[in-house]
Amino acid sequence: MLIDPMETQLPADPVKAIERPQVVTQSLLYLDGVSVSFDGFRAINNLSLIIAPGEMRAIIGPNGAGKTTMMDIITGKTKPDAGDVIFDGQVDLTQLDETAIANLGIGRKFQKPTVFEMHTVEDNIEMAVKADRTVFGTLFSRHSAEIWRRVDELLGIVRLGDHRKRLAGDLSHGQKQWLEIGMLLAQDPKLLLVDEPAAGMTDVETGATAELLKDIARTHSVVVVEHDMGFIRELGVKVTCLHEGSVLAEGSLDQVSADERVIEVYLGR
Amino acid sequence: MMLTRFLFERIDRGGWVFLVLLGLAAVLVPVLNLAVPPGSMFHVSNTAVGLWGKYMTYALLAIAVDLVWGYCGILSLGHGAFFALGGYAMGMYLMLQIGPRGVYAHPTLPDFMVFLNWTELPVAWWGFSSFPYAMLMVALVPGLLAFVFGWFAFRSRVTGVYLSIITQALTYALMLAFFRNDMGFGGNNGLTDFKDILGFNIQSQTTRAVLFSLSVLALMAGYLVARAIVTSKAGKIIIAIRDAEPRTRFLGYRVENFKLFVWTVSAVMAGIAGALYVPQVGIINPSEFSPANSIEAIVWVAVGGRGTLVGAALGAGLVNFAKSWFTGAFPQGWLFALGGLFIFVTLFLPKGILGTFTDWWKRRGESRKPPTASPASQPAE
Ligand SMILES: Nc1ncnc2c1ncn2[C@@H]1O[C@H](COP(=O)(O)OP(=O)(O)OP(=O)(O)O)[C@@H](O)[C@H]1O
Ligand SMILES: [Mg+2]
Repeated sequence: MLIDPMETQLPADPVKAIERPQVVTQSLLYLDGVSVSFDGFRAINNLSLIIAPGEMRAIIGPNGAGKTTMMDIITGKTKPDAGDVIFDGQVDLTQLDETAIANLGIGRKFQKPTVFEMHTVEDNIEMAVKADRTVFGTLFSRHSAEIWRRVDELLGIVRLGDHRKRLAGDLSHGQKQWLEIGMLLAQDPKLLLVDEPAAGMTDVETGATAELLKDIARTHSVVVVEHDMGFIRELGVKVTCLHEGSVLAEGSLDQVSADERVIEVYLGR
Repeated sequence: MMLTRFLFERIDRGGWVFLVLLGLAAVLVPVLNLAVPPGSMFHVSNTAVGLWGKYMTYALLAIAVDLVWGYCGILSLGHGAFFALGGYAMGMYLMLQIGPRGVYAHPTLPDFMVFLNWTELPVAWWGFSSFPYAMLMVALVPGLLAFVFGWFAFRSRVTGVYLSIITQALTYALMLAFFRNDMGFGGNNGLTDFKDILGFNIQSQTTRAVLFSLSVLALMAGYLVARAIVTSKAGKIIIAIRDAEPRTRFLGYRVENFKLFVWTVSAVMAGIAGALYVPQVGIINPSEFSPANSIEAIVWVAVGGRGTLVGAALGAGLVNFAKSWFTGAFPQGWLFALGGLFIFVTLFLPKGILGTFTDWWKRRGESRKPPTASPASQPAE
């Protein structure tokens, strides 16, 4: 009796057959002239950013610079007032909702770790593992050895194997961060948006997180937001500094941290 | 085969106890009512059969409410509407069975239509003299209404209090509509004076005992379906939606489809409950749509234990048992008692009776185990 409106709901074809310049078609993520205001306050102001396929990029910037809001725009949580957001050289993300964008292959870890607290650690991962996501597919899905092998593997990667039967809500802050990274990996996205993965972690955990991200970046494109400069240095990738909703500086960490304006607004002297 | 496995493979111990007890009741109550003479201490009175049969339909409604509220976080203050619509569909069938035996002795039209000087059956009533058609409508009308309502509400992401308020408005609007004579459903008198069902006299004690058993079977079926849903992988997603809806979207699940699914299943369940309720109480009128009824169903679930299914059914039984006692002793006091009960449960038993009991039982089990048997609780730092 129920029809599954899953496929029918996408707004007018986001993959328009329009000719796009090469700079767009060759980038994994292309933001151009993006702006968004909340009650007159411009949180993102004419922002442009390009992520190449396979690239890992670190984003820094003071509180309120718009880093999280940028991720909200990419993942469909916030609709921009103006500008282009193009994924994979052709898909206009501004026309899609969160679910469609997630299924295109963009995964996200939130600044405040968000896991399903009433589910066990392993169930959190299981729900994230790439598989049929329709109502009836999940309703009648049977125990799949393949999926659970993947769950085991991921639990190993994020070192939560010993905690798999615990409720996610009972984990420490750092463990929740790792669980969320595990869920992100389980989705096997093309692009990972990771918002402050090291927040609330000990130095040892932070180091391990950096290692993990570098490992992930070998096979995925990653955008990481962090305030921890040691962590950014550890990653050793191109850095973009945001300020008041637009790009203030871009380059290697040394270049960016030598920039007068970056020192002024962010690093302090 | 597939279906049996789907329905039965994930029942837990409490669930089996519940099913076995219900199964026993479905068999024993009619026997003790019909075959044991009234003088015997084992005799079950006619009143008790009627009363508990009614509670079984309430329990099914409670399971329907728990499915959406306890598991998916949708606080419906309008589930009474689906219950009443199922009841009306059954009532319409029963009305047309009266035939020429009405007060006005009209060959086809129910009395209230003759009284309104109508000459033919309104379109909405066509087909209702057929039992299979009426049973189809019992499921289809609430299901379709829920589907359309849910389609718009969940797609526009109406949640929380706002959603609760519109569900309440829905049932209120239906109540006002059904009160009107020109709606063609009997106005404020509703549908009553039923004579028979499938040719059996609706007043006869045998029919009533059968209706009791059918209500118990429907409750068991409702439990099985709800349990199968909530323990499936879809059930995990549904609970995830309850706890962190936006996060579920970012994992790539279409939240609105999952909500629409449980919402519609739940409405159909409520409709079936209503259809079993009407022949047992002998009347359906617009007051069944009254917002207070829907709120009462929420209290049953809260008292029994949200998100436990069995608890919801238990809560429906207990609260209604208390209600029939209370309305006998202090007729004016019931609403205050109900409100007080809700506040008490919210403050002191947030997990309801069954949830609290289960916690206590687990803790008791754990404290009996030797302390060494708690692995996996050291943080891995
Ligand atoms: N939904 C919203 N409504 C109103 N204002 C918002 C909203 N989202 C973000 N803002 C504002 O936009 C600005 C940018 O916020 P954002 O969270 O993107 O900053 P950030 O760079 O992630 O900062 P932090 O380092 O503290 O996480 C802030 O001033 C914030 O208050
Ligand atoms: Mg932020």
